[in-house]
Amino acid sequence: MGEPSNLQTLLLGRLGWDAIPIHEPILVGTFVAVALGGLAVLAALTRFRLWGPLWRDWVTSIDHKRIGIMYMVFGVVMLLRGFSDAVLMRAQQAVSFGSSHGFLPPHHYDQIFTAHGMIMIFFVAMPFVVGLMNFVVPLQIGARDVAFPWLNNFSFWMTVFGGVLVMISLFVGEFARTGWLAYPPLSGIEFSPDVGVDYYIWSLQIAGVGTLLSGVNLITTIVKMRAPGMTLMKMPVFTWTALCSNILIVASFPVLTAALALLSLDRYAGTHFFTNELGGNAMMYVNLIWIWGHPEVYILVLPVFGVFSEVVATFCGKKLFGYSSMVYATVVITILSYLVWLHHFFTMGSGASVNSFFGITTMIISIPTGAKIFNWLFTMYRGRIRFEVPMLWTVGFMVTFVIGGMTGVMLAVPPADFVLHNSLFLIAHFHNVIIGGVVFGCMAGINYWFPKAFGYRLDPVWGKRSFWFWLVGFWVAFTPLYVLGLMGVTRRLNHFDDPSLQIWFQVAAAGAVLIALGIGCFLVQLVVSWQKREELRDHTGDPWGGRTLEWSTASPPPDYNFAFTPMVHDSDAWADMKRHGYVRPLEGFVPIHMPRNTGAGFVIAALSAACGFALIWHMWIPAALAFVAMLTAIIVHTFNYDRDYHIPAEDVIRTEDQRTRMLAQHV
Amino acid sequence: MSDSIASTAGQLPLATAAAGHPSGGSVDRTRFHVLHHHPENGTLLGFWLYLMSDCLLFACLFAAYAVLGRNYAAGPTGAQLFNLPVVALNTTFLLLSSITYGFAMLESQRKRVGATLVWLAVTALFGAGFLTLELGEFAELIEKGAGPQRSAFLSSFFTLVGTHGLHVTFGMVWLFTLMVQLARHGLTAANRRRLMCLSMFWHFLDVVWIGVFTFVYLMGVLP
Repeated sequence: MGEPSNLQTLLLGRLGWDAIPIHEPILVGTFVAVALGGLAVLAALTRFRLWGPLWRDWVTSIDHKRIGIMYMVFGVVMLLRGFSDAVLMRAQQAVSFGSSHGFLPPHHYDQIFTAHGMIMIFFVAMPFVVGLMNFVVPLQIGARDVAFPWLNNFSFWMTVFGGVLVMISLFVGEFARTGWLAYPPLSGIEFSPDVGVDYYIWSLQIAGVGTLLSGVNLITTIVKMRAPGMTLMKMPVFTWTALCSNILIVASFPVLTAALALLSLDRYAGTHFFTNELGGNAMMYVNLIWIWGHPEVYILVLPVFGVFSEVVATFCGKKLFGYSSMVYATVVITILSYLVWLHHFFTMGSGASVNSFFGITTMIISIPTGAKIFNWLFTMYRGRIRFEVPMLWTVGFMVTFVIGGMTGVMLAVPPADFVLHNSLFLIAHFHNVIIGGVVFGCMAGINYWFPKAFGYRLDPVWGKRSFWFWLVGFWVAFTPLYVLGLMGVTRRLNHFDDPSLQIWFQVAAAGAVLIALGIGCFLVQLVVSWQKREELRDHTGDPWGGRTLEWSTASPPPDYNFAFTPMVHDSDAWADMKRHGYVRPLEGFVPIHMPRNTGAGFVIAALSAACGFALIWHMWIPAALAFVAMLTAIIVHTFNYDRDYHIPAEDVIRTEDQRTRMLAQHV
Repeated sequence: MSDSIASTAGQLPLATAAAGHPSGGSVDRTRFHVLHHHPENGTLLGFWLYLMSDCLLFACLFAAYAVLGRNYAAGPTGAQLFNLPVVALNTTFLLLSSITYGFAMLESQRKRVGATLVWLAVTALFGAGFLTLELGEFAELIEKGAGPQRSAFLSSFFTLVGTHGLHVTFGMVWLFTLMVQLARHGLTAANRRRLMCLSMFWHFLDVVWIGVFTFVYLMGVLP
């Protein structure tokens, strides 16, 4: 028969040498670069004997601050991947006109737009937002760690290994060619029989578990571990938005899990949930995925609204205007985000009454969002504004996001949506809110909290360059897409016949170059700041004149965050302490109870990725082995009862005395 | 140690302390700090949140069944396939296992490890009985040509009921693990917390089964 033997199929599934894309020069070049870079990193780690510290202090760390930092690093790395996809697409569309078909064949191009969307949402925006929440929330509420520190480490590694699977798809096999939400029947086994969609499914399932558990963790942290006196209406706004965002995570990610599980059953077990035959219903997938997908938008944007609230209050030297209206607006958005999902597919044909319901709820969301914008404006009004880098990102956000919000309201009108559905107008709109909102917010947050995390500020000159390149680059890249969308150009096209459109795509490509310069400036900013770290050092722990508790401790904070748990009297707890003549305690330190590091999270997450990889390639025996190993690792971990220890009072005294000396020298 | 503190204390108040100091000279330290702070343990809340997320997973499967449950594709219907007496016995097993788990919890509160373990073992037996009957039902359906590939109705039926069965299976694995841990370490605080979490999980599966029983089986045999 010439068929491979049975055992070989069970062991290797459909994986063979033909899965390695040696005929794709772009991929081979990328692989060589990644391999050389990876080898250089490995060599450096060995040369400088960093394996031990890396494992002990980072990989196994259950410290929320270190995990938060690792999330941000992961987000930056994946941003570079997702952005190179964007550059490839912009370049292809700028040249693929008339007789030229560009440099990306449709087969490759379709993988790129799928990977770009999926990576940017799940492995860039989510790690950034979750990383900021992880780092900041416990500090803002006066806690020493999150409620479940081990689970936090596990969640992080699940997210990373989900990303690892996506990266593997670049060099082993291929990625989905379905668009970032993998609608069936295209993503079903009949039309996508290869491994691409399976890579998509398993990387999302693994990362999704991490996100869900991280949501459970942060809700419990915020509900149970606030410092005494911090009632709900005295929580900092960022913590409020983090709470709402995590509630959305817990209430929406199971829907994604279910939708993808049903899709995988269709693909693996031959069921008929979303097929065209024997009673399947593909539109059910579209409904389910958007019941997750719309709240996801708010999962990303609510925390950055929190960032902007903190930044505006700090850099205007005022209490935030309208604290309680800000909280209620956040809660209202949280609820409404569940009542709008159908606006993503008005064209499904559910009829006028259904479409009007979802159109109206969508428009209503702009009311609490508008209230927030006015609150920030009124905070700035007669404030003593300092245009430091975080504040620049905030002002840039307010200008950009308002326009994105207005085009969103345009799309919320069903008759208008029938014209604009799936056009480049839609692409411009959601990049307008996600770049103008989420990315700008994360950049503001990184610049704002960097000194807290590392003890020195980021260099403002390169920060400003990065900001201006991003802001201008965004508008140059996406205004043409608005125009093209209004002219009727649809998304995801590989080639165009009408040469009159080409100039718009060339302008958009120029915008992508400007954004690339913005990202480059950000990377330079990191390096330059490290070189100038003594000059930029934050000795006080409060470099910006902050208002919330994270600024009351050292930069970087000690492992235990606070030698004594602070007592809270006001929503701007640290501003209140400063106002009332706070004196740092110098004696009476006691041992501090802390969780212990463990490598279990890394091991279990790695095994789950191995299981996922085996399932993607139909390697049934390795899949079963990896699954059993994972289950065993979990059970073994539950037999570990020794999960915490006390930092002795002497260590606390030593750390605090060190800070005392530093304050005495520099302040 | 106290000497060094005394010598630096004078310079210490942060630069900001001077601004708007209401109480004049002396500052009440207790206004700013608590000496000992022990946040409540959040495990039960966290586990409850996880259960609610699991509940949403089931909600999606129920929704899928609601949409597809009558798409027979000219194949067999629920009325033709379901054997209600077996399902009734199955339900009885699961409900009884919840009661026996409750007895285990009562014994654990009386600090009796042995009795707790016995009731947990009885719970496991009922759980195993439930799974056996369910697997038997699945095997019979597949043998009749009414497997999950036959129609969207059967896809959603097998997925909903099977996901519940998978949860019971993992509950059993957990139950055995916990029994070993109880036998080894006794009713420590950590173990009682775990017992409580598994209790919530087990009762949760019971509640979901009531939904399955009503929505899938009882309503499924209606014309």
